[in-house]
Amino acid sequence: MSAERASPTERLACTAARLMKGSTTVFIGTGVPMLAAALARALYAPGLLPVFEFGGVGSTLEKLPLGVGEYNTFRRGVAAMGICDVMEAAQRGAVRDGFLGGAQIDPYGNLNTTVIGAYAKPTVRLPGSGGADDVGSLCWRTIILMKHERKRFVETLDFLTTPGYLDGPGARERAGLPPGTGPYRVVTDLAVFDFAPASRRMRLIALNPGVTLERAAAETGFPFPVARHAAINPDPTPRELKTLREKIDPERVFL
Amino acid sequence: MAAATAPSRLPRCSDCGWLETRTAGRGRPARFCVKRGRARSPRQLAAAPCADFRPLETTEVLPPHAPPLRLPAERAPLFQPPDPDGLRRFLRDEKDFSLRSKLTTEREAVKRFVRPGDYVGFELYGTVRCPLSVVREIVRQKIGGLRLLGQGLMDADFLIAAGLVAEMDITYVGYEAYGLSPILRRAVEGGSLRLAEWSNAAITWRLKAAAMGLPFLPARTMLGTDTLARSPAKTMRDPFTGMRLALLPALTLDAAVVHVQRADRYGNAQIDGISGFAVEMSRACKRLIVTAEEIVDTEVFRARPERTVIPYFLTDAVVHAPFGAHPGETCGLYRRDEPHIREYLKAARTEEGVRRYLDEFVHGVKDHRAYLRRVGAARLAALKVKNDER
Repeated sequence: MSAERASPTERLACTAARLMKGSTTVFIGTGVPMLAAALARALYAPGLLPVFEFGGVGSTLEKLPLGVGEYNTFRRGVAAMGICDVMEAAQRGAVRDGFLGGAQIDPYGNLNTTVIGAYAKPTVRLPGSGGADDVGSLCWRTIILMKHERKRFVETLDFLTTPGYLDGPGARERAGLPPGTGPYRVVTDLAVFDFAPASRRMRLIALNPGVTLERAAAETGFPFPVARHAAINPDPTPRELKTLREKIDPERVFL
Repeated sequence: MAAATAPSRLPRCSDCGWLETRTAGRGRPARFCVKRGRARSPRQLAAAPCADFRPLETTEVLPPHAPPLRLPAERAPLFQPPDPDGLRRFLRDEKDFSLRSKLTTEREAVKRFVRPGDYVGFELYGTVRCPLSVVREIVRQKIGGLRLLGQGLMDADFLIAAGLVAEMDITYVGYEAYGLSPILRRAVEGGSLRLAEWSNAAITWRLKAAAMGLPFLPARTMLGTDTLARSPAKTMRDPFTGMRLALLPALTLDAAVVHVQRADRYGNAQIDGISGFAVEMSRACKRLIVTAEEIVDTEVFRARPERTVIPYFLTDAVVHAPFGAHPGETCGLYRRDEPHIREYLKAARTEEGVRRYLDEFVHGVKDHRAYLRRVGAARLAALKVKNDER
């Protein structure tokens, strides 16, 4: 059970779980966010209230959901409602955190899950917004989980599905999005970024152990500044790994 | 992107390096601090760096500051324009509110209530509670030119693969952990399907607007995105607060299908577990087909009226469809048939494969009962959930 053997997915889940310390209501999507929320609930934020877009609220997450509309999204939960209850809660400001991911991300944390290539004649048609646009628009802060690859971290998106900071400071508010919202962190398998207040562009604040700055830069399609006190993101602890592997996802569905 | 890869030996702010050349006064180029938005000389930079971040030594590229040029996107068409007065007239003159038995078969329900060119929608979340027995019947009857609410999955896949969908309001068509829909990809990348983009909340609020009898609802989602640019939604300033809002046009379906755990012969329906957008959709349609795992006595509803999600007067047809969501799941009754879905997705990779799948499970069986026989009783029994796990 050594930390060296932590997989990229486990690292992502552990980092994201630590970001949820003290969090309350969290909007959760399929995959790693489910692992992270379950881990946070088990170790760091016992009062965490998971919210799933089709109406599942407050599941204990003892059994891992495999889809956002599945029984385990409200198993032993406090409410099984509908999509409107949840989305309207987010719109009136009752949902603190949300998780997002995407095929492409730009330096402002905008995300693309719609098309690769030109919209009219795409190379790849992706699923579309789903609830992502709503989570990115309405939650107070979003945590973006990404696989760190140069083709995903691009200066300009092929399609802006979900708003990050759009094109810089004040742009969200100008577009009409609720003030005080926006991406909080970008967590990748290599590093952690925040958004510099002055530019609203991604800024490196931590590297995963064994990852060099050169490697992170080489895998990123745009230049990024490094925070003055950039840190090393601590390895997953044995306790975190044990909880993930033995309690949360023993069947290794997402791990 | 090629221009951004050339290394630069230009003067840089010793703290952040965020500079670019722009035209300053009298047409002369000058170095601009991107963050401060003003011209700065190398001496100024050395004397008073911005103290914000350390320069990154590895990438010597200067980020462009100007936002990427976005050409105004071609507005997506409104496939189903809002018509609240039309719906009011329909409900007064054409909808039969009488208490009568509406029990029928998939074949009869589709023949009577789904017409070529209709705007149709199916309530589901992913593979959960999707009324696939009716979708398969629509494919069998080849009812074409449909406009589809694209909060869909296998329903959208089957109808698109059968060439029955002309236009789709898409929010999400994808298999979550299993990835993209190969059928959607072929149709969109080949240009045979017209789309308008929405988010999940937006499409549900469009239904809600129609259910409320309104032409639109304002919302604070989709703003600032290409999703908005590729949808027929509009924006406006709210006259009360000055806030900028997205206006979502009401979406009234010609025909909607909802799959539930239990219904009576009049069309009262209960749903166990989360209700997704069943409430909004069942009120935002002209014709409603309810398919149910179990047909129960009306006394079940009279005893617990607060449990009714769809009251009978919304419903036009009731179909008894056990395992009606197969290969998807229905909460409390049966799980997803994972091997079936995996095999289906493998087949869906090629057009030939899809044709074979549809031949076997749709055209090759005459109705839902025959479909269940084709899948096999033993296999279905194995999918049933025990009481404690749902």
